[in-house]
Amino acid sequence: MNLRRDVFQAIADPTRRAILLMLAAQPMTAGAIAASFDSARSTVSKHIHILAECELLHQDQQGREIYYHLNPTRMKEVVDFIEPFRLMWEERFNKLEALMKTHL
Amino acid sequence: MEHKTAIQTEADKQDLLITRSFELPVALLFKAYTEPDLVAQWMGTKVLKLECRRHGAYQFETTDPKGNKYGFSGTIHEFVPNEKITRTFEMENTPFPVQLEFLEFKSTGELSSLFTMHIVYKSVEHKNQMLALPFAQGINMAHNRLQSVVQSLHPNR
Repeated sequence: MNLRRDVFQAIADPTRRAILLMLAAQPMTAGAIAASFDSARSTVSKHIHILAECELLHQDQQGREIYYHLNPTRMKEVVDFIEPFRLMWEERFNKLEALMKTHL
Repeated sequence: MEHKTAIQTEADKQDLLITRSFELPVALLFKAYTEPDLVAQWMGTKVLKLECRRHGAYQFETTDPKGNKYGFSGTIHEFVPNEKITRTFEMENTPFPVQLEFLEFKSTGELSSLFTMHIVYKSVEHKNQMLALPFAQGINMAHNRLQSVVQSLHPNR
């Protein structure tokens, strides 16, 4: 097994997790991603390359710019995008239900 | 197992629907949203203001373990007891814009009710950012889970 291609290896790095989170909100160019970090542009490029190699990112050419998107299908193998949001509400509603049952 | 809470949204739409069934009479479910003391308990927040009427306003404040305070507030546009609340919601002092929320309460039996909350965001990007907040914790959880598996395989690391 090629570890570099392992999705879990890809998310084990904090910078790469930060990149995934930024792209979760909106597609970005490599330049815009790099501008958000203090590290050298080439270091950020390497991280983007690893994420793309794991197919966690899609590339989309728009004119001269390449935009990176999250690949939702692949991300699902790590964590469902909506699931944590659903769980947050589920826990909240469970509390509501338990509390109000004591008022029955 | 079927989940009690469901989220429906489409990738290119700026709204989402939260649905939840409760083993509670609708009047009690509604009460949980309108009595400051109850709201404080299940939301885990301080209720500074909660005016349950048209043109009313509400204001909540939570404190994290470090003592930082976060404000949440909005205005109430529609208030129909045991049926619906239409309100705005805003996280104060954040870049997130205000969102519009339609809360509906339906009786489905003597001891059961259905709650739906339709949230409309300013844009698709803003919806994704709101989804990404708990997603951020989720991705860290996935990583921690992986790490504990790795550690159980290699106890010396």
